Amino acid sequence: MGYSGFRVIKEGLFGQKGWKPVWRDPDPKPEYDAVIIGGGGHGLATAYYLAREHGMTNIAVLEKGYIGGGNVGRNTTIVRANYFLPGNSEFYSHSLKLWEGMEQDLNYNVMHSQRGLINLFHSDGQRDAFARRGNAMINQGDDAILLDTDGVRQILPYLDFDNVRFPIYGGLYHPRGGTARHDAVAWGYARGSDQRGVDIIQNCEVTGINIEGGVVKGVQTTRGAIKAKKVGIVVAGRSGQVAAMAGMRLPIESHVLQAFVTEGLKPIIDHVVSFGMGHFYISQSDKGGLVFGGDLDFYSSYAARGNLPMVEHVMDAAMTLMPMIGKARVLRSWGGIMDMTPDGSPIIDKTPTEGLFIDCGWCYGGFKAVPGSGFSFAHLMATGRHHEPAAKYRLDRFRTGVGLMDEEGTGSQHNLH
Amino acid sequence: MRINCPNCGERDRREFYYQGDALALHRPAAGADPLAWDDYLHNRDNPAGDTTDLWFHEAGCGAWLVVERNTVTHAVHNATLVEKVRR
Repeated sequence: MGYSGFRVIKEGLFGQKGWKPVWRDPDPKPEYDAVIIGGGGHGLATAYYLAREHGMTNIAVLEKGYIGGGNVGRNTTIVRANYFLPGNSEFYSHSLKLWEGMEQDLNYNVMHSQRGLINLFHSDGQRDAFARRGNAMINQGDDAILLDTDGVRQILPYLDFDNVRFPIYGGLYHPRGGTARHDAVAWGYARGSDQRGVDIIQNCEVTGINIEGGVVKGVQTTRGAIKAKKVGIVVAGRSGQVAAMAGMRLPIESHVLQAFVTEGLKPIIDHVVSFGMGHFYISQSDKGGLVFGGDLDFYSSYAARGNLPMVEHVMDAAMTLMPMIGKARVLRSWGGIMDMTPDGSPIIDKTPTEGLFIDCGWCYGGFKAVPGSGFSFAHLMATGRHHEPAAKYRLDRFRTGVGLMDEEGTGSQHNLH
Repeated sequence: MRINCPNCGERDRREFYYQGDALALHRPAAGADPLAWDDYLHNRDNPAGDTTDLWFHEAGCGAWLVVERNTVTHAVHNATLVEKVRR
């Protein structure tokens, strides 16, 4: 059943009793045309676009936990297309366009809010780098406006502009950037997939991948064996373990990234603000909480929680940038498991096993990529050909050294991104 | 997280710089196959559980340490000077 303003009013009048679960809870069938391992944002989007774009409806998404319980429900919800390098540039541009049509497409309110994103800079050299990045964004067809100090002051008057160490020289403004309700993205894609016949199977952990003669035949799960002609691995921080079931070692280290939210406050921060020098970024949720985060803890971890030194660092950065934040009380903090690649860019590719595909390495930037990743991975799984905007996300670029996408310019090596 | 440096005793994680998997100690021979270099530089077991990695006691004695710890619990089991474990 569709959602509409009329229906919201009607349900309000009749005690909200007409709402029903929006996806089924089926048992796994013995065989599917394709199986997606991982029911996170990327996996659900992949299933949705396999069904919608390629007519593949005899497919299943296998999720170890529950829908929305992984990184798609643990991120800081920022959506943007402000990348610089060929490969990333066209991919995120495509993904942002899918975001802009997502709510109508899914008939689901994901609260996508293009409130604008400002990346601050603090030196002449940084200004040059951001001017160049802005030009790359405009060349890609996206939007970028280089603001000087007064330009930033007009929209973010609460910053400490004359900070001794990091005076604000200006900012790169990306008006189409913003945020979205992360859980709703998972639910919207789950509902859209289910409506097209996709089986979403929760509490179903994959324990093995069946391969015969170099061809994938299916998977072993905690709910029995499932045959499949094609299998896609989309498991983010757990990519190493699942790939090992197919005898692969990946160029990935899993790290912890922390995030924080304060108690609900009146509207005060209208945009997404990123303070690169302090490894700090912030936005305000529609519920009023200030949602912010920093950099990785910088050691490999699956704990889904971090340590205090990075908490301290993030709070320091917040106070440096916007001292007004000091009286807000932090409600909670948490950590997510990031699948970090050496160059900081993702992988959407075939594997050496025929019929087995992998989508991983989203580092700490997976949320904004959800629709683009699902669309491009579905294209690859259905057609066997790389989707043009994601064609540079090759698994072998680390081995060959060709096509590395080191967006930060720090080097293509573990522990640098 | 605290690491028990063999030179300095148990110290705060802030004093240490994390390098990565202790695989870094096993550099392939100069004429090794490119695949061996790919494994050395990029590919990782990435275990969820016990792991062995390299930490540098940057704000302490300056020693490189091989640290055995758990990636799920953050428990640090042991730290040894690299010079003691090097092949």
